[in-house]
Amino acid sequence: MNLFLDALAWLFDPAQWSGSGSIPQRIGEHVWISLVVLLIASAIALPVGAIIGHSGRGREVAIRVSGGLRALPTLGVLTLFGLWIGIGLSAPILALVILAIPPLLAGAYAGFESVDRHTIDAARAVGMRESQIVGKVELPLGMPILVGGIRSATLQIIATATLAAFIADAGLGRFIFEGLKIRDYGEMLGGSILVIILALVVDGCFAVTQRLVVPAGVRAARSPELRSAPARPRAVVGHAINEGNQ
Amino acid sequence: MIEFRGVTKQFPDGTVAVAGVDIVMPPHKTTVLVGSSGSGKTTLLRMINRMVDPTSGQVLIDGADVATVDPVRLRRGIGYVMQNSGLLPHRKVVDNIATVPLLRGTSKAEARAHALELLDTVGLDRSLADRYPSQLSGGQQQRVGVARGLAVDPNILLMDEPFGAVDPIVRAELQQELLRLQGELGKTVVFVTHDIDEAFLLGDQVVIMQQGGKISQAASPTEILANPADDFVADFVGANRGKRALHLAQVDGRSVVVDADGRPAGILAQ
Repeated sequence: MNLFLDALAWLFDPAQWSGSGSIPQRIGEHVWISLVVLLIASAIALPVGAIIGHSGRGREVAIRVSGGLRALPTLGVLTLFGLWIGIGLSAPILALVILAIPPLLAGAYAGFESVDRHTIDAARAVGMRESQIVGKVELPLGMPILVGGIRSATLQIIATATLAAFIADAGLGRFIFEGLKIRDYGEMLGGSILVIILALVVDGCFAVTQRLVVPAGVRAARSPELRSAPARPRAVVGHAINEGNQ
Repeated sequence: MIEFRGVTKQFPDGTVAVAGVDIVMPPHKTTVLVGSSGSGKTTLLRMINRMVDPTSGQVLIDGADVATVDPVRLRRGIGYVMQNSGLLPHRKVVDNIATVPLLRGTSKAEARAHALELLDTVGLDRSLADRYPSQLSGGQQQRVGVARGLAVDPNILLMDEPFGAVDPIVRAELQQELLRLQGELGKTVVFVTHDIDEAFLLGDQVVIMQQGGKISQAASPTEILANPADDFVADFVGANRGKRALHLAQVDGRSVVVDADGRPAGILAQ
């Protein structure tokens, strides 16, 4: 309980809210790192996932590669890259990209794959080009699951971006590592709380987005007037967040 | 006119879906392909718009080999209606009907206006235009499917078991509607079904297919009943039994038509 009070005292100490290494600065860095990682990982994983989901080819390979990447301990990868590339942001960003690719890939191909084959066949039969099938049929209909994948990846990135502070002077992880070093457990817990709040806020935004991207026609099918609580099957993408506790 | 010349389709797994088919489907008439599942009737239909390409042989539309035409361009010029409508669930009815004209570059306003007219054509109220497919009944969805097939005013309309998934009453209604439409529009219709009654009702030419993708007989319904090509056809159309094996019985001086089970089918007109 004392520890918790220490954390609150640290959080509300005005000294932490301004100057170099302040809470707002660290939050900014944390968000920025997460965003960069998400963009790089998306640029790699989403097109590949879309191609796999559209063509139905390469699924086995993708599952194996994702499984392999997931098995890598991020702290180990980070240390390896740190020794190889050196101190700075490149190593953590690279390590986080590797972490983020599996859930993004899974979300993309699961989303594209979830679209009824009958609907796609019909779209092709009336004269849509493959690119039009992807853009006008598979993307809008698979969007909720795709966003689910991005959501899962983003949460993992935010949680694990604390590790960036291991070899770079950036992010909310600074408070955790610094607190550990100088045995200021209030600061350590305070930093953790900030990461949790950031993750919850971002997750809330994604929850709203995920609802908004369900096409109106699909939503209409799921909830006719008589059924107030439709049993809607949801694809499970991503995995539980268990990083940062090695 | 659609013509198949020595068309064979073998799938990569070795299955022969269509074996050496020669058939002419006359213009402005309805040709019905009928057979049990696995007889290759849908494969035959899908070769017309190149959803399936033949392993050997040629498919010609008005004398031109379809293999020489870009598949996407070809498909945009041919109406296609399928089972379970195949409508895009995330688009409104009016946008579903306008799909192909929009792909061909028709302006949005024009395509929508035409789509509304097509709702009239297929007997649907214009108030349904802004609904989504999931908000319509099965029969209404099929009508929208037909409207989409007609949207570019194609010469050819392909229908792949379009009434297979609706209940018998709606099915009968849709069949009558199709007959009416065909009377007005005179398209070259190719229609796939496994229901011989539907085939006889709708077809000017009925093509009976058997396992292994061979044609057993292609003729008018009357001819098929009068001269079935072989035992398979006779058995398939049920020429010797049930409601098709009719005979006359005299009741109080009038000729009553009775089926094989002794059930009255009607009175012979004098």
